[in-house]
Amino acid sequence: MRRILALIPLLAAVALVAALAWPIIEGRNPQELPSVLLDKPVPAFDLPALTPGEPGLASSDLKGKPVLVNVFASWCAPCRAEIPRLMALAGEGVTVYGLAYKDDPEATRRFLDGLGNPYERIGVDRDGRTAIEFGVYGVPETYVIDGNGVIRHRHVGEVTDRVADATLVPLLGELAK
Amino acid sequence: MTRALLLAILLLWSPPALAVQPDEVLDDPALEARARTLSAEVRCLVCQNQSIDDSNAELARDLRLLVRERLVSGDSNQAVRDFLVARYGPFVLLEPPKTESTLILWYGPAALLALGALAVVVTFARRRKSTGPAPLSDEERRRLDALLADDGDDNGRPA
Repeated sequence: MRRILALIPLLAAVALVAALAWPIIEGRNPQELPSVLLDKPVPAFDLPALTPGEPGLASSDLKGKPVLVNVFASWCAPCRAEIPRLMALAGEGVTVYGLAYKDDPEATRRFLDGLGNPYERIGVDRDGRTAIEFGVYGVPETYVIDGNGVIRHRHVGEVTDRVADATLVPLLGELAK
Repeated sequence: MTRALLLAILLLWSPPALAVQPDEVLDDPALEARARTLSAEVRCLVCQNQSIDDSNAELARDLRLLVRERLVSGDSNQAVRDFLVARYGPFVLLEPPKTESTLILWYGPAALLALGALAVVVTFARRRKSTGPAPLSDEERRRLDALLADDGDDNGRPA
């Protein structure tokens, strides 16, 4: 009995190390934060279009079918890198909306002219206030919004093939049912 | 000498590097003071171990401006905090709020200290209770007295 009791501190230490090591082994990025808006309706916003005459982006546009909302900027390198991947998704029939974060519309237009435009609608968020409503803390960020306008997933960082294939596409497919 | 003096003066003269830009500062000093206090409590989510008051990140500047705007529009400090937490989660506050999930964080160290203190007290109490070496028997006492009385010239050294 005594001997078993003496083992308790050792076991406690092992348990502590295991608990602390778990997130590292799991490969969780501590800088990546879960969105507090998860499973909540998108915040209300109404943003002007990038080009006059084209549709802008408002929260009311996010109802009806599951969509991706991609927060991007021409000055952000990973945004540039993920455009081909978003183009491919759009080609597969995914509706991708863009939120141009703190960017000069002229620069955004040049950016999309050069790389291609995957966005069905683009809202220009020049002062970044709408992004703050979403809890955006760095571009690019990609949100999966279901047909009821509820935020179902947030991906922080570039949309890589892996992210698209393992997370975004399956989730969109599930939401479309 | 003059050069050293000049350097010292320049170093002493240098103002602290503030992230808050002059154009952000509010006209009302009381509101500005509240804004500074609040900003020091709010985490910059780009450079996560700095407050927005310290950070030069764009988002930090936007949040500083937002905090000031809300204060000007009449929000209380708590209302501003709630506004930010509703969008960025409790992580946005540098001092985590006391909730169920942060109980260990807040009271864990004190609990560990209390446990340690308890262990020390128990150990000492046990040690005091345990009897020391057994008292000398009559035979031993007689031999000791004989040895002490025999104050010979051997200086206590064995023969």
